[in-house]
Amino acid sequence: MRGGRWAGACRPRGVHQTMTAPLHDTDAAQTAAVDVAADVPAKAIEGRSPWRIAWIRLKRDKFALAGGTVVVLLILVAVFAPLIVGALGHPPNEFHEDQIDPLFSTPKGSWGGINGDFLFGAEPVNGRDVFSRIVYGARVSLLVAFLSAVVAVFLGTVFGIVAGFFGGWVDAVISRVMDLLLAFPQLLFIIALVSVVPDSLWGLTGSGVRMGVLIAVIGFFGWPYIGRIVRGQTLSLREREYVEAARSLGAGRGYILFRELLPNLVAPITVYTTLMIPTNVLTEAALSFLGTGVKPPTASWGEMLARAVDHYEADPVFMIIPGLAIFVTVLAFNLFGDGVRDALDPKGSR
Amino acid sequence: MRRSAAGAALVVAALVTTAACGGGGSSKESGDGKGAGFNAAVDKVAGASEKKGGELKFIGTQDADSWDPQRGYYGFMWDFARYYARTLITSKPAAGGESTTLVPDLATDTGKVSDDKKTYTFTLRPGVTWEDGQPVTAQQIKYGIERTWATDKISGGPTWLMQVLDPEKTYKGPYKDESKDKLGLKAIETPDEKTIVFKLPKPNGDFLQMIAMPAAAPVRPDKDTAERYGQKPFSNGPYKWVAYSPNKGLELVRNDKWNKDSDPVRKALPDKISVTLITNADDMDNRLIKGDYDLDLNATGMGSAGRQKALKEKKGNVDNPQTGFIRYAAFPKTVAPFDNEHCRKAVIYGADHTSLQTARGGPQAGGDLGLSMLPPAVKGFDPAYDPYNIKQGKPDAAKAKEELKACGKPEGFKTTIAVRNNKSQEVATAESLQASLKAIGIDAQIDKYDGAQTTGIIGSPANVKAKGYGIIIMGWGSDFPSGQGFLQPIADGRFIQESGNQNYPELNDPAVNKTFDEAIAETDVEKAGKIYQEANKKVMEGAWYLPFTYEKNIIWRSSRLTNVYTADAYNGRYDYASLGVVK
Repeated sequence: MRGGRWAGACRPRGVHQTMTAPLHDTDAAQTAAVDVAADVPAKAIEGRSPWRIAWIRLKRDKFALAGGTVVVLLILVAVFAPLIVGALGHPPNEFHEDQIDPLFSTPKGSWGGINGDFLFGAEPVNGRDVFSRIVYGARVSLLVAFLSAVVAVFLGTVFGIVAGFFGGWVDAVISRVMDLLLAFPQLLFIIALVSVVPDSLWGLTGSGVRMGVLIAVIGFFGWPYIGRIVRGQTLSLREREYVEAARSLGAGRGYILFRELLPNLVAPITVYTTLMIPTNVLTEAALSFLGTGVKPPTASWGEMLARAVDHYEADPVFMIIPGLAIFVTVLAFNLFGDGVRDALDPKGSR
Repeated sequence: MRRSAAGAALVVAALVTTAACGGGGSSKESGDGKGAGFNAAVDKVAGASEKKGGELKFIGTQDADSWDPQRGYYGFMWDFARYYARTLITSKPAAGGESTTLVPDLATDTGKVSDDKKTYTFTLRPGVTWEDGQPVTAQQIKYGIERTWATDKISGGPTWLMQVLDPEKTYKGPYKDESKDKLGLKAIETPDEKTIVFKLPKPNGDFLQMIAMPAAAPVRPDKDTAERYGQKPFSNGPYKWVAYSPNKGLELVRNDKWNKDSDPVRKALPDKISVTLITNADDMDNRLIKGDYDLDLNATGMGSAGRQKALKEKKGNVDNPQTGFIRYAAFPKTVAPFDNEHCRKAVIYGADHTSLQTARGGPQAGGDLGLSMLPPAVKGFDPAYDPYNIKQGKPDAAKAKEELKACGKPEGFKTTIAVRNNKSQEVATAESLQASLKAIGIDAQIDKYDGAQTTGIIGSPANVKAKGYGIIIMGWGSDFPSGQGFLQPIADGRFIQESGNQNYPELNDPAVNKTFDEAIAETDVEKAGKIYQEANKKVMEGAWYLPFTYEKNIIWRSSRLTNVYTADAYNGRYDYASLGVVK
């Protein structure tokens, strides 16, 4: 009942969103409007939502666009891995010892055994198709990175907004918990945790369990970072006039939290999420490198790098390829994330 | 974290070595600068020489567990110990299989054995001295052997003599010995300074092998620093200890009190022996190939990059000996369905043997296909015995399916492979097994456990059962080349232990145990060998083990080395006591 009444009465959506952080800054908004006006003089007076303005800014950032394109490609590769491998490679766990020189355990031919059949060469010792393993490795990498970001964002937003809005002892408790988690040696904790996790858990087995644990733990230790930002934003937003107006008209806490405050936190949350994913990609790679990631034979980039250490001198290509995969992924996400931040928050230094 | 640091170090090392290789091609090798040929020192002597002098330079990546003669258990330590620790008898300084015969060292002969085979009497050679010139006595030999009993201070060494001389373990070791001369062990008598008598409770055909180990070397009570003795053992051999810093290196120089006439075994050619220990195995291979060092102390085989370089450019400096090890998978019977021999057989038939061999490093760096659980260096080995037709190399899916049906699991089953996380070749074999078993419907998960914790993880039958380790990947080499040394510890039910167990299948078959008793009581080596082969057949028929390879190594021999040959007695390592260097 309440929702219906207020929704009609005082939600000039476009207006108050334009007014609120981080886009409420009038100078910036004007600058943006002028920029946009210069581009499309014929429609200079047209009203634009802040998202549309951000999108127009993003489109002009070539690096961000390039990063975004690569990100989209990577996601497509991960989603359609079986099709891609079916067309261009061999099953990722199939041994091809005929590709290996039995005397040296390294692939026959130069450049790590790259040929028309094995596009990225063959893995030392067992001759598995490196191309297929990179493609399937993208699945593990992106899945863990995305889902753990989702976990972190969910927890961070809920706790951050609650802490910022209620203040007092609630804020004190949540803030101390965040401090505690930020000081926690998470990498060591995960290594220790993985060694005691049973083989089947939550209805999953083998690599599924390990991925579940990675997602849960990386996500869990990631939320204080976003929680702090959300809390800070909430602290400043809750004193704004439109919140006060809603409160004085009798809006409940839930309404204010989720209908008044949350929409205005979407921008910083989006920015932080896009910047969190590459960090998660790196964390997953590091854990797999240390042998606490997915279980063999599941392919993962970090695990491939770890194997390459044994053969780096005789077969450097096998080290370069997964290294490049990680590098390109992280770079693409970072460029894209930076672009999103600049687009949503023009105040940020460029 | 340690691995990532190591990885970074490797990359740095690679850059450094590449840079180092780039500058000038001046070879540091002396002598003719050319190797004696591929396998020139396997089963024969390369560069026979009597020329003295020079410095013999070892390099390694692994320090000994202890240099204390009673505490060291690593194979290379036993080989190296002959420089400073002499024993009553020792391995013959000869190439290949001949090295496994025993010859007198401190003693005048290989012992007088009583008719009931329970008493061994040795007389000491005249002129045997310590590094300060005092004579070595029979009492000091007894004292040295007694140290093994003091397991709280002298830990880690072989315990064969303890098991054979004092199976009830009634003696508490010299440090808790109440008697004045600390010579309370009843099984050894020393009527005078030149005579030592061993009294065994029951005969043992390998007893001489046990007193040829460094654990039977003399120790002078006044020089015994107990657990610190390994820091600087007091020498009675041709070299004495000058400096030792753990994990960095050590240095021995000639012991001028050592009398060549008193020692028919050691050539003692170099003036000085040095050991350099580093952490990076690839770097070690590079330095060996460059000629900075003469040989790898550990001799565990060159890495893949070193192998490639050595075999392509300097094949004449490479040897490829048998190590006497078997690499295998074991099937613990406590983990279903491996309590059923047909399920065990299904795995053996389903395995891709060539793929396992490739995972071990191929026919040269890995070794020949393993056909049964007695390796070629052990008496009783029969090259024609191949009960599972492993030699043809490929999996036999039809037979595997048949065995699965007989086992009552026609659709296959789930199991876990336990493998040490720090041995990349073992992980590779686990993955190979996983891939080939998938083809016959067996879904195997790989559990990589901390390789430093084997005793408590796969060595604990309770833990193996709890974790469901149906397949355990391991390797095994014997302390001395006989069925007792090799097969008994991994196949005799009486060797099953609660911790540090090595009989992973927990095979406890009275018929097998009895066969071992018969073989041990037989003092004729050839006859004993035949009985051990019977035991081997019983083990293979029960399908308790899947042998992968009879291990071989690729090892580097510098062009400076003289008088160099591999010895089966030392797991295919060079016989260190005979080595010399040109210049």
